[in-house]
Amino acid sequence: MNWIAIGSLSDIPRRGARCVATPQGKIAVFRTADDQVFAIDDHCPHKGGPLSQGIVHGAAVTCPLHNWVISLETGKALGADEGSVRTIPVKVEGEQLFIALEALASKAA
Amino acid sequence: MTEKLVIIGNGMAPGRMLEHLLEAAPDRYSVTIFNAEPRVNYDRIMLSPVLSGEKAFEEIVIHGDGWYIKHGITLYKGHRIVAVDREAKTVTSDHGVTESYDRLVIATGSVPFIIPVPGKDLPGVLTYRDLDDVEAMLLAAQSRAKAVVIGGGLLGLEAAAGLKERGMDVTVLHVMPTLMERQLDPAAGYLLQKAVEARGIKVMTKANTKAIFGNGKVEGIELMDGTIIPATLVVMAVGIRPSIVLAKEAGLEVNRGIVVNDRMETSDPAIMALGECAEVGGHVYGLVAPLYEMARVAAARLTDGEDKRFAHSDTPTKLKVTGIDLYSLGDFADGDDREEIILRDASAGIYKRVVLQDNRIIGTVLFGETADGAWFNDLKKKATDISEMRDTLIFGQAFQGGASSDPLAAVAALADDAEICGCNGVCKSKITGAITSKGLTGLDDVRAHTKASASCGSCTGLVEQLLKLTLGEAYNPAAVQPMCSCTSLGHDDVRRLIKAKGLKSIPAVMQELEWKTSCGCAKCRPALNYYLVCDWPDQYADDYQSRFINERVHANIQKDGTYSVVPRMWGGVTNSNELRAIADVVDKFRIPAVKVTGGQRIDMLGIRKEDLPAVWADLGKAGFVSGHAYAKGLRTVKTCVGSDWCRFGTQDSTGLGIRIEKFMWGSWTPAKVKMAVSGCPRNCAEATCKDVGVVCVDSGFEIHFAGAAGLDIKGTEVLGLVKTEDEALEVVVALVQMYREQARYLERIYKWAKRIGTAEIKRQILDDVEKRKAYFDRFVFSQKFAQVDPWSERVSGKDKHEFRPMASVGFAEAAE
Repeated sequence: MNWIAIGSLSDIPRRGARCVATPQGKIAVFRTADDQVFAIDDHCPHKGGPLSQGIVHGAAVTCPLHNWVISLETGKALGADEGSVRTIPVKVEGEQLFIALEALASKAA
Repeated sequence: MTEKLVIIGNGMAPGRMLEHLLEAAPDRYSVTIFNAEPRVNYDRIMLSPVLSGEKAFEEIVIHGDGWYIKHGITLYKGHRIVAVDREAKTVTSDHGVTESYDRLVIATGSVPFIIPVPGKDLPGVLTYRDLDDVEAMLLAAQSRAKAVVIGGGLLGLEAAAGLKERGMDVTVLHVMPTLMERQLDPAAGYLLQKAVEARGIKVMTKANTKAIFGNGKVEGIELMDGTIIPATLVVMAVGIRPSIVLAKEAGLEVNRGIVVNDRMETSDPAIMALGECAEVGGHVYGLVAPLYEMARVAAARLTDGEDKRFAHSDTPTKLKVTGIDLYSLGDFADGDDREEIILRDASAGIYKRVVLQDNRIIGTVLFGETADGAWFNDLKKKATDISEMRDTLIFGQAFQGGASSDPLAAVAALADDAEICGCNGVCKSKITGAITSKGLTGLDDVRAHTKASASCGSCTGLVEQLLKLTLGEAYNPAAVQPMCSCTSLGHDDVRRLIKAKGLKSIPAVMQELEWKTSCGCAKCRPALNYYLVCDWPDQYADDYQSRFINERVHANIQKDGTYSVVPRMWGGVTNSNELRAIADVVDKFRIPAVKVTGGQRIDMLGIRKEDLPAVWADLGKAGFVSGHAYAKGLRTVKTCVGSDWCRFGTQDSTGLGIRIEKFMWGSWTPAKVKMAVSGCPRNCAEATCKDVGVVCVDSGFEIHFAGAAGLDIKGTEVLGLVKTEDEALEVVVALVQMYREQARYLERIYKWAKRIGTAEIKRQILDDVEKRKAYFDRFVFSQKFAQVDPWSERVSGKDKHEFRPMASVGFAEAAE
């Protein structure tokens, strides 16, 4: 797997997210209260809302547009809603964060 | 091509028909409704609780304005149709609107019957049919004077109870020897009369009205026997007549009602009729259950769906007067071929009578104890042979087959297809099925998913027992609605405990109050953050990660992920420098849309998040600060030009508006707060539909509050009149602080006020000067920490990360 460095853990506030720009669109990288890191497409399966702007709680985020709750682990909508968003592998080495490039390439293809 | 469906009338029957129609074929018709009443569809059978004060009008609205918008339905409010041209297939309203139709539905309902006695047209003589009647009665009730209700039927008694509740001295006149003689036998009628009299309402039976008299307005009633009863309000509730004039003039076949077949079709195949105006199989109906059945049939016909036919069935009658339990069904007249079983308990005021023919129930009257009504109804519907349980039948279901007398067991023993909600035709299995399959946990859930108990509410007890039966221990009806699924505590408890235990951070609240999740959810975190900001202004550090994105970046997120920015324009006043600065920003950042808002501000829409700090920086140089158009906080104070310019202005409304806004900006509140100051009662700033409004008059400042003009529309309540601008400011500020300290997160002022009561707010803010001063001082203290312009903070570098991507990957070098 081809890992790309995207920055350090402290770049992201706890219970928050930052974006990584790619040619295929933004990826939202989340940091939970207990310092787990997840990356998913910044695009809600419902109406395309920017998930990176939502409120992060546990390992889930609530979309700012219509309050869908998306699991950061699976990318799936929780509760009564149905839909899912692509998850991107993340690796934390010390302070450094990496995401897997294959995922990007596969989407571009 | 979509067909055009025009509906005349917007009552409960056509409303329900539309729900079925939209479910089955949402795109088939373009729908236009003409409603002679100037409002949306509401639950007419709940007018009595509105009259008595147990409910507010907003609580009985079935379809709010948003519903019509969402479904693309055109609703003409206050348009009475005056002509139907069947040749041209058009209808025309009294305001001159003509609309063509492919299919027409007439649902004109009924009109109250007016007894033709002298004086029937005097001011002060009302009927009881719609919200206007209720409002007129409420106005009359303010005098606490004498009222006479003519008619001792369902409507008349509900009106009487409501007026009594509102403090009037009420007499009911009934022409027959006993009350509700069409639904009750004399014994139950007698018990009902005693129960009504026990509430302080006078009842006169065999009372024939001769005349209503008065000079210019009602002063009293004279009976045939010469009795004179003084009254300032007379309510006629002697019955209704189907409203058929329009159909008759259009040449449709009419009898008592508009004649329709069992598929709701009139004599013109393009025209259907339903509701109280329709006559089917020789019957006209006034209770909601058969009307809803008509709605189902009509919707099926309109969508060419299942071939449904309307069949007559008896509908139980219930009285909606709190504390009087009464149930009547079917035929209860005496007869040679009939037998009856009666149970009386004088001390408990209970009377039960079941009428039998060939060992089958044909009628039931229950008074004082009505829990077995549904069971008797079920036995009657199925024509069950009751000879086996004849000895114990009258004691009810719980006594059959040696079962325990546990009321739960009675509900458990009901057949799956037993009808629970008569209004909406919902049976037991539909409710229990929804509870299980949809994971429902409370009454509101059941109402939302099945509509059971959502109309008159008299089956609420049964529905609650079904919840208890299905959920077991998990159902606790007495429990307050928890804030969210992270806790079992309600908002009020959490607010109280934050103060009592001195909790000063979100983790502290979650630990001490035993939150079930590690870090809450998107519902509770913003609420807790607000409560802590409000209660500990000098000690709590605002948690941005618990704020909704709009408050976190001080702009409003739009559907495409861009933002809109609204700078503050104090009191809605601006000048050429400000306008020039806005124009420059719009050009520089190529802002695609600029719009004037309802709150007298300028909104710039379509700004990329990355550009926000630079946009603010430029606006800041021109002297602008954030307009907080995104905040659960003070938004805008709208003003008119007042005594500075207007020839009618009584005070400097612009000046006061600006003063209030400068004093209060930056404060966080449970939900948004919009204000306005009008310079005279012409009210050009529309202060009477705001959260808080001021209307200037010659003698001072009238303080208004608890208005709404969103999904709900509500005029303000008047808090009181003050003489000086300083007092006006103090009252407004104290009121908002009281709201800040007490309301639940996202609860607008009008909802909070309804919960707390206007009288209590008046007592604390107007009457208790020390309390008012204390609220005012606490607000002033908290403003020390709140009045920081978030835009300039951000421009100077706070949390800069928020606006930049953390990395860019996968781009070719030149592409970036």
